[in-house]
Amino acid sequence: MSSLDRSDVARLAGLARIDMSDADLDRLSGQLAVIVDAVAKVAEVAGEDVPATSHPIPMANIHREDVVRPSLAQDAALSGAPDAEDGRFRVPQILGEEA
Amino acid sequence: MAETSAVTDWTRATAAQMADALAAGEVTSVELVQAHLDRIAAVDGPVHAFLHIDAEGALETARAVDADRAAGVSLPRLAGVPIGIKDVLVTKGLPTTAGSRILEGWVPPYDATVTRRVREARMPILGKTNMDEFAMGSSTEHSGYGPTHNPWDLSRIPGGSGGGSAAALAAFEAPLTIGSDTGGSIRQPASVTATVGVKPTYGGVSRFGAIALASSLDQLGPCGRTVLDTALLHEVMGGHDEMDATSLDEPVPAVVSAALEGAAMDLTGVKVGVVRELSGADGGYQAGVMQRFEESLARLREMGAEVVEVSCPSFEYALAAYYVILPSEASSNLAKFDSVRFGLRVEKSTVEKTMLATRAEGFGDEVKRRIILGTYALSAGYYDAYYGSAQKVRTLVQRDFDAAFAQCDVLVSPTTPTTPFKIGERIDDPLAMYLNDIATIPANLAGIPGMSLPSGLAPEDGLPVGFQILAPAHEDARLYRIGAALEASLAAEWGGPLSAQAPELEVAS
Repeated sequence: MSSLDRSDVARLAGLARIDMSDADLDRLSGQLAVIVDAVAKVAEVAGEDVPATSHPIPMANIHREDVVRPSLAQDAALSGAPDAEDGRFRVPQILGEEA
Repeated sequence: MAETSAVTDWTRATAAQMADALAAGEVTSVELVQAHLDRIAAVDGPVHAFLHIDAEGALETARAVDADRAAGVSLPRLAGVPIGIKDVLVTKGLPTTAGSRILEGWVPPYDATVTRRVREARMPILGKTNMDEFAMGSSTEHSGYGPTHNPWDLSRIPGGSGGGSAAALAAFEAPLTIGSDTGGSIRQPASVTATVGVKPTYGGVSRFGAIALASSLDQLGPCGRTVLDTALLHEVMGGHDEMDATSLDEPVPAVVSAALEGAAMDLTGVKVGVVRELSGADGGYQAGVMQRFEESLARLREMGAEVVEVSCPSFEYALAAYYVILPSEASSNLAKFDSVRFGLRVEKSTVEKTMLATRAEGFGDEVKRRIILGTYALSAGYYDAYYGSAQKVRTLVQRDFDAAFAQCDVLVSPTTPTTPFKIGERIDDPLAMYLNDIATIPANLAGIPGMSLPSGLAPEDGLPVGFQILAPAHEDARLYRIGAALEASLAAEWGGPLSAQAPELEVAS
């Protein structure tokens, strides 16, 4: 497995929706490469015959009765929103000029 | 109890003593809350354990408890005993940030299940404690609101991510606090502040309303200055909750009775396993840490326990697996901070540009590092090598624990390889920071319960050393029995709890 370089970090930051300046990329790329190299050792012992574990205590089919019960009121759900209008979350325009 | 009537500084009492004194009418909850608010006002400037103080809310709860008690209403055991809550838990009407600037000023419209249980236990909530941003860190230096300082030495870290909850206890600002432990965030701060912290079995405490870091690793737990106090809070917090699909549908382990049993200091028939891979100078464990660990083992033997060595060879890969699994889950969990429903918005011309700018400004460096790492580990072409392999290591770690617990009742190790380091010392070296949790991470990967309690001060620097106990899943009570026995044995030598030896903090006038 190869290490991360600066352009990888720039691409990943875009996927993760985090703007990164050149200074951010300079600072974080080197640290991330060191971490990625260190964690790559997980592949050393992960043989074909070893099953994967996703949850520490396996549980399945956790259901509740399908009945209506109280939930957050609309004004409570909107209470922390940066912007709201007519009982809805309000956001800037979805499509850019170029679209 | 006789000695409580002579207590003049209530902040030094245990939660159990406070509860008994309240029940006996020797003190009121308003007096207890006010004493702690005064203490916070006097010392929290330099300690910075709290992000938000709710003096009026705490006093209001205290007044109601006092009135009910005077009226003869039956009350829960800890009713009227104040508590601090880690800022990772949502609290209706109280600001909640998880230590992040992206949530600055957010006031949740609902309570976490654990918050609700604390309220139902009638415990006055003093405020919210500081933490590394979204619980990512081992020093509280990654808090978006400035670091917490260790009351034992203000130039040193109080551990993390729950450094605020641990420092509040060590500075006598609260008798009990709540923490969350994803890779050691309860146990490691307990270790470096000479306090007690427990990570329960995964699913033992509801995670509903805990701001998620890594959902398959996160577990909320109790923090106190004594094993019994911690057990009392554990029983308040624990139990099944249908709002959390991973919540265990089984009774809360009888941890209070286990702590009382342990205090009798008889460990006849108990088999204790020392994990070879989690101790020793070869692993970077400080000499004084190993010395106090060995002394504690000798005490366990004196009380009748048999001590054997066990090997968990896959632990060598646990840290790497953890730093694949955690960032992967975190990168997904933190996608919700999108500038739309809550928190910060840095307004730009489109939603996408707004998200990019908001997350750039709202998240700190450690959060950005881990989100990018997780995005990488989950991306096409790398998933099998990283995330898939890490999940297999998780299986190997569980198998090691199964084999070890087939030979002994509990496993033990030093909680952390070193005593607390200086603030700033490891901030620019993420990998060195990650090594703080080498001994605590395996328990999270396997979902088993763990405790850290004080085992003394390292001779070379006079700073706290923690002793870790691990038990099989669902066997949380064993931690408390063995922990209480060791605590009683050590307290007999010290003439009281280690926390009493903390240096006096300068008091603001």
